[in-house]
Amino acid sequence: MSELSGKRESASRPEMEPSIWEISRPGARGVRPVSRPVDVTDLPPGICRQTPSGLPELSELETVRHFTRLSQLSRGVDTHFYPLGSCTMKYNPKVMDRVVSLPGFADLHPLTDEEGMQGFLGALWTFSELLKEVLGMDAVTLAPAAGAHGELTGILLARKYFESRGEAVRTEILVPDSAHGTNPASAAMGGFTVRTIASKASGHIDLEALSASLSERTALVMITAPSTLGLFEEELSEVVRKVKAAGALLYMDGANMNAFLGVLRPGDLGFDIVHINTHKTLATPHGGGGPGSGPVGVREFLSPFLPNPRIVRSGKKYSVVDGADSIGRIRSFHGSAGVLLRALAYMRMLGEEGLKRVSLYALLNANYLRKKLEGVLPGMGDGLCTHEFVLSARSLEKEGVRAIDLAKGLLDAGYYAPTIYFPLIVPEALMVEPTECESRAMLDRFADDLIRLVGLASSDPARLHRAPEKTPVSRPDEVKAAREPVLVDPMAAPGRR
Amino acid sequence: MPEPRRYTRTHEWMAPSDTPEQWNVGITDFAQKEVTDVVFVELPKVGRQVPRGGEAAIIESVKAAFSIYAPVGGTIIGVNQELESDPGLLNRDPYGKGWIFRFRPDHSADVQSLMDGPAYETFLQEGGGHPEHG
Repeated sequence: MSELSGKRESASRPEMEPSIWEISRPGARGVRPVSRPVDVTDLPPGICRQTPSGLPELSELETVRHFTRLSQLSRGVDTHFYPLGSCTMKYNPKVMDRVVSLPGFADLHPLTDEEGMQGFLGALWTFSELLKEVLGMDAVTLAPAAGAHGELTGILLARKYFESRGEAVRTEILVPDSAHGTNPASAAMGGFTVRTIASKASGHIDLEALSASLSERTALVMITAPSTLGLFEEELSEVVRKVKAAGALLYMDGANMNAFLGVLRPGDLGFDIVHINTHKTLATPHGGGGPGSGPVGVREFLSPFLPNPRIVRSGKKYSVVDGADSIGRIRSFHGSAGVLLRALAYMRMLGEEGLKRVSLYALLNANYLRKKLEGVLPGMGDGLCTHEFVLSARSLEKEGVRAIDLAKGLLDAGYYAPTIYFPLIVPEALMVEPTECESRAMLDRFADDLIRLVGLASSDPARLHRAPEKTPVSRPDEVKAAREPVLVDPMAAPGRR
Repeated sequence: MPEPRRYTRTHEWMAPSDTPEQWNVGITDFAQKEVTDVVFVELPKVGRQVPRGGEAAIIESVKAAFSIYAPVGGTIIGVNQELESDPGLLNRDPYGKGWIFRFRPDHSADVQSLMDGPAYETFLQEGGGHPEHG
């Protein structure tokens, strides 16, 4: 067994799968229609293609093998431990796939009238009710397509609210530097000026810095709870008091809600607006840029401004209505329907007690792993962490080893790497989030491997610099790729037409 | 670190150019190492007025995007266009060819309130923080 790899990984570098263009065979087809070709005479003139499309040509089996091989070269929660801090890469139980595959959901056309989609509307309405309960909020919108989209929605709600009160002078949003990086971006996109609040050395919000920045211009203070440092604000009640006293609203970025699901409710903590990411907290697929979902919960006074359309229940009947004071439509139809239904199934499957246990085990796993790594690399905070923790590899710099080298070594050891270089306020950061899904045996194995890699920093740093040696590509030249991008459109390439 | 150059707690430097009352602004060697390889620089508009500590430019590395703040209040009077085609200048020559913009301070006396070379050295040794932090 080599020093870097566990015995579970193969010893050699797997072969890279060629691109689908390279294995294309002219004339190959997956499907050959046997019936009459479509009658194109009804189509408007000028829109029929005169030349072949330039799509790759393969048989069905070749296509299946290509994508299966690609999926085997990739790492996901279904194949590897995936401690990607801040992202909450938890396992998606397969039963949720079954729920969304039910024909009543899967075959539903989005333009079906209300009568024809009562079950679907009822499911979304039920999900909203469950979220209201879990978040301690009075109203919920399921429309946002992702966490950052939820942030933007919440920010637009705040803007509309202050406009309705004749307080358009509130043009600033305060964001602590321990918040998610999307917060300042969303605030700027919502038309606000962003002011950053520096954290104290402990990583907690600096109350004095907060007070100095709060003014009659402050619309919103956005707090990531727990923060990106995996810390729960020690003086949250004082933060809430100060923000309310300044007449501003308090936003909770609930992307880290996995830390206290079923234990604490954002509404009870004093937040006015909160978003969660179903693809994190409620175990729906992250989707490689595909549909996510970021429901937003608000207090009653903000509910008139929620996006359209909304689902309301009257007796046993569900209807789709628009509100006159709404910020408008932010997403087509009812949001990422398949994702929302999975999240509903997850909540139903676990129930109140189960949801609470999700967070308790997420906390337990993170703290267990953090304790095992104590003394190996310094961490942030001085005591318990929440569902994730941050280590700093700065002490290895004298050996010429950086956080990225440890992360690459972890790939060879058979894991997806933790998040590195985030949060920015920790030098050489490694951010580890084990989630509630992992067994103690897996956490022990990971800790042993990381400790061994840290040891290599002094005994054989070149080994770490060579890593990864067991992935199809070792270290892509990110700098060259960013400075000199070479973009190719294979469908436009000569010889493909 | 030659003497006329001045430094901020957010790791910008400011040095006199050939023309009186015009200063070049860039990031320090410490900052370029922290930021790692710069892949993109968003230069400010010439003529823009920026208050002290206001965002004047943005640099992007493979790691993250970082704001470059105006060391004192003033007006942007020129930019280093070479950075658009060769952002790596910021890493290779942070105090020379890697300058970012040319600046006319509102009050030249303000510049004297910034740290000089030895003071910046001490600031760094005392754990002067991180580009994002100041």
